[in-house]
Amino acid sequence: MPIKVKTVARPEGLAVNAFLPEVLRGLGVTMRHFFANVFARKYTATIEYPEERPPYPERNRGLHRLMVRADGQVRCVACMCCPTVCPAHCITIVAEEAPDGSIEKRPRIFEIDELRCVVCGLCVEACPCDAIRMDTGVHAPPVYERADAVLGKVDLLKMAAQSVAKQGVKDPTWREEPEGARSIARPEELPLSASSRLKAR
Amino acid sequence: MPTTTQIVALALGKLIFLVGIVVMLLTSVLTWAERRQSAMMQDRLGPNRANLGRFRFWGLTHFLADALKMLFKEDVVPARAHKPLYTLAPVLALAPVLIVFAIIPFGDFLCLHDLGARGISDAAQCSQGSTYLQVAHMDIGILFYFAIASLSVYGAVLAGWSSYNKFGLLGGLRASSQMMAYEVTLGMSLLGLFLVYGTIEPHTLVKAQGPTLWHWGIVTQPLGFLLFLTSALAETKRTPFDQVEGEPEIIGHFVEYSGLRFGMFYLGEFIEVVFTAAVLTTCFFGGWYLPFWDATQSSLPHWLVVLIQFGTWFGKVAFFCWLQLMIRWSLPRFRPDQLLQLGWLRLLPASILNVVGTAGVLLFVR
Repeated sequence: MPIKVKTVARPEGLAVNAFLPEVLRGLGVTMRHFFANVFARKYTATIEYPEERPPYPERNRGLHRLMVRADGQVRCVACMCCPTVCPAHCITIVAEEAPDGSIEKRPRIFEIDELRCVVCGLCVEACPCDAIRMDTGVHAPPVYERADAVLGKVDLLKMAAQSVAKQGVKDPTWREEPEGARSIARPEELPLSASSRLKAR
Repeated sequence: MPTTTQIVALALGKLIFLVGIVVMLLTSVLTWAERRQSAMMQDRLGPNRANLGRFRFWGLTHFLADALKMLFKEDVVPARAHKPLYTLAPVLALAPVLIVFAIIPFGDFLCLHDLGARGISDAAQCSQGSTYLQVAHMDIGILFYFAIASLSVYGAVLAGWSSYNKFGLLGGLRASSQMMAYEVTLGMSLLGLFLVYGTIEPHTLVKAQGPTLWHWGIVTQPLGFLLFLTSALAETKRTPFDQVEGEPEIIGHFVEYSGLRFGMFYLGEFIEVVFTAAVLTTCFFGGWYLPFWDATQSSLPHWLVVLIQFGTWFGKVAFFCWLQLMIRWSLPRFRPDQLLQLGWLRLLPASILNVVGTAGVLLFVR
């Protein structure tokens, strides 16, 4: 197959070689952009980060959080599904019995090393109780010490919300799923920054 | 008659006001405006973060941050550099552009003792003598500018040579060839103007233009204006004439400079932009004259008249600074041979034609 060569003619003529008309045309373009951007920010696409946040996709995986039951206790039943499935081995769970016997098994220690976490979301997939979620829309916070990046139960429960998913029949808080319940977090369940992010959408 | 002390004090006052306050402030703002304006032209936002506490002023205080940064940077001198010349070069780059401001008139005249008086239309009406709002009222005027401005090429050449760097040396060489090519046109393009107004003293030149718009240099010498603008842009060594030093890709004469020494080159470049704007205002846009407002006919108090005239001058200068930044960020760079061709083969003949044509027309008219 012959190679096609497109010959582009050299711009000739007084108008081009005198530079001036083309210079003015170029200045016209830049001035249009300049004034439109100065007075109306018409073409700029910049998002000024700390004040403005880009809308994340709905299924964005952010910082983990633990969910709670209606009585405020942690939903996790320490079934060990998430540490088992975790490819980065970043979840540590030590189970215990609840002293009052209301829950058969619950985590005494629930730690996630956010530095090791690869944000794959498999723990959320694996959880049978809707106890762990990654729907906060928050990034792992910067820390000075490595140890500070290991989030314990208290940290993970800071953004906790009550889940409306069913959980074991023995659970006294068990109830039917109400009308219109959604499996993803509602804006009011989310921490402030994340909910404003959703509202902005 | 004012005493010598008074004359010196007055000249110093004007010098500090013009160069120390007005020009330095405008230059500092330009270092920020350059980045912010180019950003706006390219659909970005540019530096808008520097602030004083809660006040951000669109990032205007970035020039303070820049200056502070430069002060604290390490001052590196290459081991084999020629130390005296290496030290002298930034001074030679900065000093000429500051000195030439002496000839720029930034207002008509000032009667220090009649600030509140109304209807002063002429310097002769002042009760105790007046002073030109110009640092040095010299008959040689614009020739002084040509003489001093051509010194600034020594700064570039010496910087390149003394820093013991091949790239720097080549940069200095490019600077000298470019400056020489355009300095001739720079002078020739103003000759027509001198013929029309019959003076080379800037203050008298502005007076000759007056407040009437069609008596201004831009109307009487449109070709001269274009030629002067082009060659003045080339003298500032900025895009589209930045073969000397192109920020990311062409290594220029001050490659070995750092810290405040580099800052002097950088500042010199921006002061040159302000000075070009000031010369354009003086020669082609009626200096301090507000179009169609004749200060001699007004009954405003003297201080207000002076303020309006200075404001008009400042506005025009600021406009031409803005225009130069627009041009700098719109046009692509010339190739070195195109640059020299444009200078020697097009602009120079055009400027000679302009002089001859103007002289012919004047011979006919007068």
